[in-house]
Amino acid sequence: MNVFFDAISLLISADNDLLMIVGLSLWVSLVAVLVATLIGMPLGAATALYKFPGRKILVVILNALMGLPPVVVGLLVYMLLSRSGPFGVLGLLFSPTAMIIAQTILVIPIIAALSRQIIDDLWVEYAEQLISLGASPTRRMMTLLWDGRFSLLTAVLAGFGRATAEVGAVMIVGGNIDHATRVMTTSITLEVSRGNLALALGLGIVLITLSLSINAAAFLVKEAAENRQV
Amino acid sequence: MIAQPILLLSLNSICFKASGKQLIKELSYQFKVGPRSIIIGPNGAGKSLLLKLCHRLLEPSQGHIQWHVEAENKSNTAFHQAMVFQRPVMLRRTVSANVEYALSLRGINKAQRRARTEEVLGLTGLSHLARFSARVLSFGEQQKLALARAWALRPRVLFLDEPTASLDPTATYEIEKVINAIHDSGTQIIMTTHDLPQAQRLADEVLFIHRGRLLESGPATTFFAGPTNQFAQAFLKGDLLMWDRPETKMLGD
Amino acid sequence: MTQSLKFIVFFLTPLIATLTTPSQATSAEYITLASTTSTRDTGLLSSILPIFTKGSGIRVRVVAVGTGQAIKIAKNGDADVLLVHDKKSEHSFVADGYGVKRYDVMHNDFVVVGPVKDPAAIAGMKDVVKAFGKIAHNKSIFLSRGDDSGTNKKEYSLWHAGGIDTTKASGDWYRETGSGMGATLNMASAMNGYSLADRGTWLAFKNRKKLKILLEGDTRLLNPYGVILVNPKRHPHVKAAAGKKLIDWLISKEGQSAISAFKISGEQLFKGSLKQKLTLTR
Repeated sequence: MNVFFDAISLLISADNDLLMIVGLSLWVSLVAVLVATLIGMPLGAATALYKFPGRKILVVILNALMGLPPVVVGLLVYMLLSRSGPFGVLGLLFSPTAMIIAQTILVIPIIAALSRQIIDDLWVEYAEQLISLGASPTRRMMTLLWDGRFSLLTAVLAGFGRATAEVGAVMIVGGNIDHATRVMTTSITLEVSRGNLALALGLGIVLITLSLSINAAAFLVKEAAENRQV
Repeated sequence: MIAQPILLLSLNSICFKASGKQLIKELSYQFKVGPRSIIIGPNGAGKSLLLKLCHRLLEPSQGHIQWHVEAENKSNTAFHQAMVFQRPVMLRRTVSANVEYALSLRGINKAQRRARTEEVLGLTGLSHLARFSARVLSFGEQQKLALARAWALRPRVLFLDEPTASLDPTATYEIEKVINAIHDSGTQIIMTTHDLPQAQRLADEVLFIHRGRLLESGPATTFFAGPTNQFAQAFLKGDLLMWDRPETKMLGD
Repeated sequence: MTQSLKFIVFFLTPLIATLTTPSQATSAEYITLASTTSTRDTGLLSSILPIFTKGSGIRVRVVAVGTGQAIKIAKNGDADVLLVHDKKSEHSFVADGYGVKRYDVMHNDFVVVGPVKDPAAIAGMKDVVKAFGKIAHNKSIFLSRGDDSGTNKKEYSLWHAGGIDTTKASGDWYRETGSGMGATLNMASAMNGYSLADRGTWLAFKNRKKLKILLEGDTRLLNPYGVILVNPKRHPHVKAAAGKKLIDWLISKEGQSAISAFKISGEQLFKGSLKQKLTLTR
C-alpha cells in the first residue's frame, strides 16, 4: 500500500524532475513511433501487395525481428554512434536523438509485420473489386491503408507499447544521464539499484498510467470516428 | 431490331486451368451489342470464372478474348466495364464516398463526382442513406449501392456475378428493378445466376455452361421453351447435376 | 475534406502530442564524465558537481555504468573525463595512451556486509582475508558482483590472498550476479548472504532488511578513486580544456572540501586525496 501512496504523492507533487523525465519519455517514444510508422507501414503494405523475389523471406524476417532484444539494438546503435564507430562524427551518442534512433529500429519491425498482415487480409477481401474498379497499385495501397485504419492504429499502439516499455536500448545509447537522457524506465532501474523499491514501483505506476491514458485516448478517437454517421 | 448484329466481345476457344484442373474447356462465343446475356448452369460449372475471364480479372491459359468496342482510351479496355460481385465489397466510408471513390479512380473532377453520385443514389433509392457509413447498410442495400457505384461509371458493359444469390425475394425484386434501369440507360448487362425464374425474367439470350463447356446458347424464349442439349434439359427440369456423377460425365472428359 | 482531416488525426497524433512536451535546453557548454554506478549511487556526484557548474558554467553529464564499460566508453572517446576506482586499469589506460594523466581524487573504503545472524561468525574480525576464509569454510552464501568492476576486482584479490578458489563454488554458495552494486545488495538482502560493498553505496542503500556491516577497517579494504582526462591526441574532439577544468577543480581545495563535506545520514563518505596520506574513513 505504501507504494500507491508514493505514486500518488509523486503525481501530486509533480516535481520538475519527474515532469522532465515523463516529458522526455513521451518525446523519445512518440517521435520514434512516428518515424517507425512512416517507414514501417508503407514497407509492410508494399510487402503485402507487391510480388518481388525474396518476398517470403522478408515476411519471415520482419516477423522474427519483432522479437529483437532491446539491449542488443542498444549495443548495435552504440557501436554505430560511438566516436570510434562509423557515425561518431555526428556526436549523437548519449543524447535523446540516439535514443530515438534505437527505439525507431526496435519498433519498425513491429509496425511493418503487423501492417503487412492487416493489409494482406484486407487485400484478400478487396482484391477483385479494386482491380475491377481500375485502381492502380499505388492507389490500392492507399485505399487499403485508409480502410484498415483501425487495425493499423492498434499496430501503432503495439509499437508504442514496445517503445515506452523498453529499457535496454535507451540505457546503453542514452546513458541515463540526469537531466539529459533519463527516462521513466531507466529511472525505475536506477531506483531499484538504490534499493528504493517503493519509489521504483511508484514510478512504474506512473508509467503504466501514462500508457493507459494514451491508449484510452486512442480508443475514444476510434469510437468517435466509428459512431459518426449512425 | 438491329438489322446487322454488331460484335461486342469475342471469346475464341478459351481454356482456363487452375490447381491442375481444366475449369474452362475450349469455350467460344460472340457477344453482340444489345441483348441482355444471362449465363446459367449448375454450381461449379464455371459461370463466375467465365465472367472474370471476360472482365480480365483472370487470364485464359489458352485462347483469345477480343473486345470490339471503341473506348476513349483505347489502351485500356477495362475502362468501359464494371463488375458487381455476389458479396458487395464496401469501403469503410460513407455511402456517397463509396460512389465518389470509384469516380475518382476514373479521374473525374470533384463537382462532376458529386453530381453523378447524387444522380445515381437518387435513381437507386439510396439518397436518404448518403451520409451513412456503408457498412451499416443491410445486405440488400449494400448490393444496391454496389450497383449504383458501377452505374455511376457509365460503363459500356456491366458484369454481374449472381447479384441476388444471398438476398431475400423483396431485395431481389429491388435489385432486378435497378438492373433493368441500368440496361435501359444504355449499359449492356452480362450476368450469371442459378435462379432460373430470374433468368427467365431478365434474359434476352441465355448461355448454358456445364463443367466448363458452353453446351447451348440462344434467345431466351426458345431456350426456355425447350433446350436441345440433354444436360440443359436436365438442368431446367431441376435435376442436380453433380460434378462427379457418372451419368453427368461427357465424352472427352 | 473530412477524409484528409481524419488522416491527419490518426497518423499525426504523435506529432501533435510531442509539441506539448518540455524541451531539453542544452545550450550551455557541457562535458561527459564516465564514471561507475557505485560512485553515482552514493549521491556524491549529484551533490558536488552542481558546485562546479555554478563556478565554471560547465555542465557535467554523468554516464554511470560498470567500471569496465566506463573505461571502454572513455577509450572509444565517447566521454571527456574518466572517474573510476580501479588503479591497475587506470594506469594501463594512461600507459596505453588513452588518458593524459591519472590524479588521485578521493578514497573511501569497502565493508563486508552480511546477515545479522552471521552464520560464519565474522563479526568484529579485523582480518578480512581470514574472514573470507571462514565464509568459504562455512559455505555461507556470498554474493559477488562478478562484473569485473573495481569492487569485483578488489573482492577477487581478497579471495586470492587467502588461497581460495571460488570458481568451483560458483552457483553454489558463491553467487555471481553480473550486476551493479545496488542490484547485488538487493539479492544479498533477499538471500541473507554476505557481500563486499563500497561504503558509499551501502550508506545510500535503502533495502537492507536483515543486512548490516560485519567487518570494516582492514587496510586492504581501501578504495582509491582516480580521475583522468581522455587524451585529445587520441580523440581530437574531446573537450580537453573544459575537462581539465573539472579535474583541476576536483583536486583543488574547493573540490576537496566539497568531497569531504558530503555526508549520508551524518556520516562522511569520502576522504579527499589532497590529504596526501591515504587513511581510512573510520
